[in-house]
Amino acid sequence: MLELHDVTKRYGERLALDAVTFTVGDGRLTGFVGGNGAGKTTTMRIILGVLAADGGSVTLGGAALTEADRRRFGYMPEERGLYPKMRLLEQTVYLARLHGWSPATARRNALELLERLGLAERADDTIESLSLGNQQRAQIAAALVHRPEVLVLDEPFSGLDPMAVETVQGVLADVAASGAPVLFSSHQLDIVERLCDDLVIIADGRIRASGSGEALRTQHATERWELLMTGDAGWLRQAPGIRVDEFDGGWALFEAESDAARRAVLAEAMARGEVVTFTREHTTLAQIFREVVR
Amino acid sequence: MSTPTPTRADRSRPADRADRAAPRFVDSVALIAGREIRMRFRSKAFLWSTAVLMLAVLASVVLGSIFGAQESTTKVAVVAGASVAVDGNDALEPVPAYDQDEAEEMLRAGEVEAIVAPAASEPLGITVIGLDSPPESVVAALAVEPTVELLEPAATDPTLAYLVAFGFGLVFFMSAITFGSTIAQSVVEEKQTRVVEILLSTVSARALLTGKVIGNSVMAFAQIVAIAVLAIIGLLVTGQRVLLGGLGTSVIWFVVFFAVGFVMLAALFAATAAMVSRAEDIGSVTTPVTMLVMIPYFLIIFFNDDPTVLAVMSYVPFSAPVGMPMRVFLGEAQWWEPFASLAILLATAAIAVWIGERIYRNSLLKTGPRVRLGEALQG
Repeated sequence: MLELHDVTKRYGERLALDAVTFTVGDGRLTGFVGGNGAGKTTTMRIILGVLAADGGSVTLGGAALTEADRRRFGYMPEERGLYPKMRLLEQTVYLARLHGWSPATARRNALELLERLGLAERADDTIESLSLGNQQRAQIAAALVHRPEVLVLDEPFSGLDPMAVETVQGVLADVAASGAPVLFSSHQLDIVERLCDDLVIIADGRIRASGSGEALRTQHATERWELLMTGDAGWLRQAPGIRVDEFDGGWALFEAESDAARRAVLAEAMARGEVVTFTREHTTLAQIFREVVR
Repeated sequence: MSTPTPTRADRSRPADRADRAAPRFVDSVALIAGREIRMRFRSKAFLWSTAVLMLAVLASVVLGSIFGAQESTTKVAVVAGASVAVDGNDALEPVPAYDQDEAEEMLRAGEVEAIVAPAASEPLGITVIGLDSPPESVVAALAVEPTVELLEPAATDPTLAYLVAFGFGLVFFMSAITFGSTIAQSVVEEKQTRVVEILLSTVSARALLTGKVIGNSVMAFAQIVAIAVLAIIGLLVTGQRVLLGGLGTSVIWFVVFFAVGFVMLAALFAATAAMVSRAEDIGSVTTPVTMLVMIPYFLIIFFNDDPTVLAVMSYVPFSAPVGMPMRVFLGEAQWWEPFASLAILLATAAIAVWIGERIYRNSLLKTGPRVRLGEALQG
């Protein structure tokens, strides 16, 4: 388990990170969400030791991170880049060896990974000769080739085509399934929502919310209910103790004054036709985000 | 506690574990230096410039021997009766002529450089006839010179001293500039392509800098050795053994000083280059370091006959790699002087590497405008 505790970073006068505290559980895909300049990249750079924090601690399994621990991290920085004149396989093997793998295993890992990412045929091409999409896959290979035990990815999905998004999702899920803590940031809230077990929301250098997606949704659930029935739901406007927020044919989103009023709606709906759904409104990540960041 | 939580070590496959060691500093440095060297050999620009440099060295040695050989004999037409004056003269190759008319024909046809004809009225008993200008080489060969004696002969021929100074200066200058700018480019390339962030999350800035400096120093060193070997073989093959004598010790000192001096310059080139983010800005930011390389080059060319300037140069770290071997060659340095100068150079190199590493580490992740020196030093 990767834990950040009271991590603080200042750039001159500006407080970039203010007592940032959250955990990334083993085997948990954790989404890191926040606006531009909220502090995501700074946080990730501090986790990787590329940047030094002014205060606070980063621990792995309860112990302070050492250089040797960090060599077993996989990292994809926001600023993408590889050596343009090196060949793809050569480059990935080189990175694996810098992480301490023997030449033979580094090569085997690299070949396996390139195969998996659909880059096997490009193994002997220089990075600069690859298409943009393949360069992004190469970047993913660079982050994974040393079989990291902790994965930290800054915007891994930005600029990927839909096929690559799918590949990366699969790879991330696999790494998490092997028991590694995985942290990734993204602007694409729908991907985060679909993929992540846990969420961390940051704004202005402060953690606004963190926890499992389920818990956050419950915590931020609204008192609105959703009804979908056969026939027209127009009668709902006249129902006592009910305020309709949105309405479309047989579908309506409403707030009830009391549980009794809500139960009355269900009874009425069943009497008037067939009820397809009657459920509490599903809280989206976008809603939670808007609410906690406000 | 019902089931123990698996630790991180348990998770990874045991078979893989064995292949993976925590990388040591030297391993990382060796990998980084190895990559630098491999990529250099793959650069066409590097291969071509090396080939051209080697050809230039070989050409100068071979041409030197040809010009040296040409001086020795000049063909002259010798009119009957004047042969006594020419016989036994190594510098002249006599072509016998029956009379003056035949000799003049040969001269006009360009078969000979001059005519030596008997002239009873002259003090030497001969006349030298040229075509359109006085045939000076022939006159010099026939001239009678008094014996010259020097009370305090110079230890070394000044022309030779100039050549050696020029050689040391040029080789140091060329290598330092070539490999200095190579290392600067390699640093900025990593910054510009952003690969540096991945590298820094894997190895320390110190390992990265050390690997780069060693990789490029090895290349510079190999080139110097190759030039030296080529020059020596060339001199031996063309029979110019004279030049070789007396150069030995100073060449060894030059190589030692060069190795240390280049590491110092390489660290400075890397550090200054780390302050900019684009290849276009390398030139302006590395200018101060380039000056440090150029100044000793010009000083040695202009002042190679001034013992005071040479003495100072041989102790100032930036010019010592050229100045001290020169003084050793001239026989002006005491036996301990190269060691003292080397100690100063080593200390300066250590400081340069320390400061260089600081600037490098603090500037690497700062993209955008040029990092100010104060900022880079403070971090």
